[in-house]
Amino acid sequence: MWRSATVVALHDETATARTLRFEVPDWPGHTAGQRVDVRLTASDGYSAVRSYSIASAPSTNKLVEISVERLPDGEVSPYLAQEIALGDRLELRGPVGGWFVWRPTQTEPVQLIAGGSGIVPLMSMIRSRVSASSAAPFRLLYSVREPRTVFYREELHALSAEQSIELTFAYTRATPRDWPRPPGRIDADLIASTTWPSALRPTCYICGPTSFVENAASLLTASGISPDRVRTERFGPTGDRR
Amino acid sequence: MAITTRGFSGRRRLTDGRLPPGQYVTTDFPVLSAGPTPRVPLDQWELTINEGDEVLRRWDWKSFRDLPAETVTVDLHCVTRWSKLGTVWEGVSLDTLLKDIKTDAEYVLAHSYGGYSTNLPLGDLMNNQAWVAFRFDDDDLAPEHGGPARLLVPHLYLWKSAKWLRGISLLHEDEPGFWEDYGYHNYGDPWREQRYSGDE
Repeated sequence: MWRSATVVALHDETATARTLRFEVPDWPGHTAGQRVDVRLTASDGYSAVRSYSIASAPSTNKLVEISVERLPDGEVSPYLAQEIALGDRLELRGPVGGWFVWRPTQTEPVQLIAGGSGIVPLMSMIRSRVSASSAAPFRLLYSVREPRTVFYREELHALSAEQSIELTFAYTRATPRDWPRPPGRIDADLIASTTWPSALRPTCYICGPTSFVENAASLLTASGISPDRVRTERFGPTGDRR
Repeated sequence: MAITTRGFSGRRRLTDGRLPPGQYVTTDFPVLSAGPTPRVPLDQWELTINEGDEVLRRWDWKSFRDLPAETVTVDLHCVTRWSKLGTVWEGVSLDTLLKDIKTDAEYVLAHSYGGYSTNLPLGDLMNNQAWVAFRFDDDDLAPEHGGPARLLVPHLYLWKSAKWLRGISLLHEDEPGFWEDYGYHNYGDPWREQRYSGDE
C-alpha cells in the first residue's frame, strides 16, 4: 500500500547528502533499522522506486526521515538530494524489513559499525534508544572518508558528550589534525580497542558498502563474536571482481 | 492513482520486455546478506537432500562436482529492485540432484551454512528451472555471492536462490524461511511483483 507523503523539512547533511523529513498522515509506525520504499512518479505516469533506510526514531508523530546520498549515476537520488523542495509530494511504502532492527526491549550491549551513509539505520537505533530512555549500552564505530563526510555530526557529538553512546570515528582518507590513528580502514586493533568484547555477547549491527561490511564482519567474528550475534546490511557494488 | 512528484522526469531505459515491473538494470553485482559471510572449506562441505529424519542423498564436494553440470545464462531479479541481465553460471540441475527420488512432498526448505533458509514449492525446482551453481562468470563462485555453491532459481526473486547451500529438506507442509518470516512474500514471483507478504 502506497501512502502519500509531503516534504515538511530538509537540510544538507554533507556536500553530497541531504536529510528529508516527510509527513505521512497514515504512517503505521516503524522499528529502528527498517527501510521504506520511495516512489517518484513523473507527469506522464512513469515511476521509479528505491529503498532507503529510515533515519528517524519510531514515534507516533507520523513523521519519517531519510538521508539520501547523491549517487553520480543515480536516477532517484539526485532528485531527492538536490531538487525536491518543501511541500513536494511523493509516495512511501513500508516500513520494510524485520531483521536488521533494534527494539527498546533489548537490554544487551549493542555494537554499531557504520561505513559512510551506512550510519542511517544505526542513527535510527541510537535515536530509538534515546526516545525510549533505554539503558542498553551502545557503542558506535563510524568509518568515514574524511571529517566533512560525517552525517549527524552535532547530534552524535552531543549524545557522546552526555554519554548516551560511546563514539569512535575512523577515517579512511583524511583525519582531523593531530588525530592519533593514521587514515585507513578498520582493522583488528581498532576492533579490539573500541568495540565490546565478545564475552559481553553484544548484538552487532553493521551497515555500509559491501566491502566495508565484509571486512568489519570478518574482524568481529575473528575477535570471537559469534556470527549469529552479527546482523548486516550491505549496499552498493561488491568493490572487487565485478 | 499515483501522486505526481513535481519536477521528477526519471530516466527511461529500454528493456525489451526482459525487466519485471518495478525493477531497474544494474551491471554491478550487489551483495545482500543478513549476516557475516560463512567460509566453508571444500573438505568440510556437503550437500544433502532429506525428508524428515531420512537423508535421501548426500554429496561431498568431489562427488557433487562429478555430477553432470550445465552452463546457463539467466536474468537475476532482486527484491530490492535491481536486475542483472544475462548472467552466466555453471551448476548442477536440480533435476539431476532429485533424480529417482520418490516423494509425496510438495514443498522444500533450502538451508544454508550460516543458518539462512528459504522455502519453495518442490515443483519450482524441477523441469530445468533450478540449479546448484558453483561457478559464476567463468570463475569459482566467490563466498560473498554464495560460494562454494548456491541455489539458483532465477524465475523467483533472488532471495529464494539461497547462498552457501547446505541442504534441501522435502516437506509435506509449507514452512516459511528466513525472509519469509520477516515480512517478505512466500512465493516471490518478480513478474507479479510479489515482494512483501500481502502482495497478491
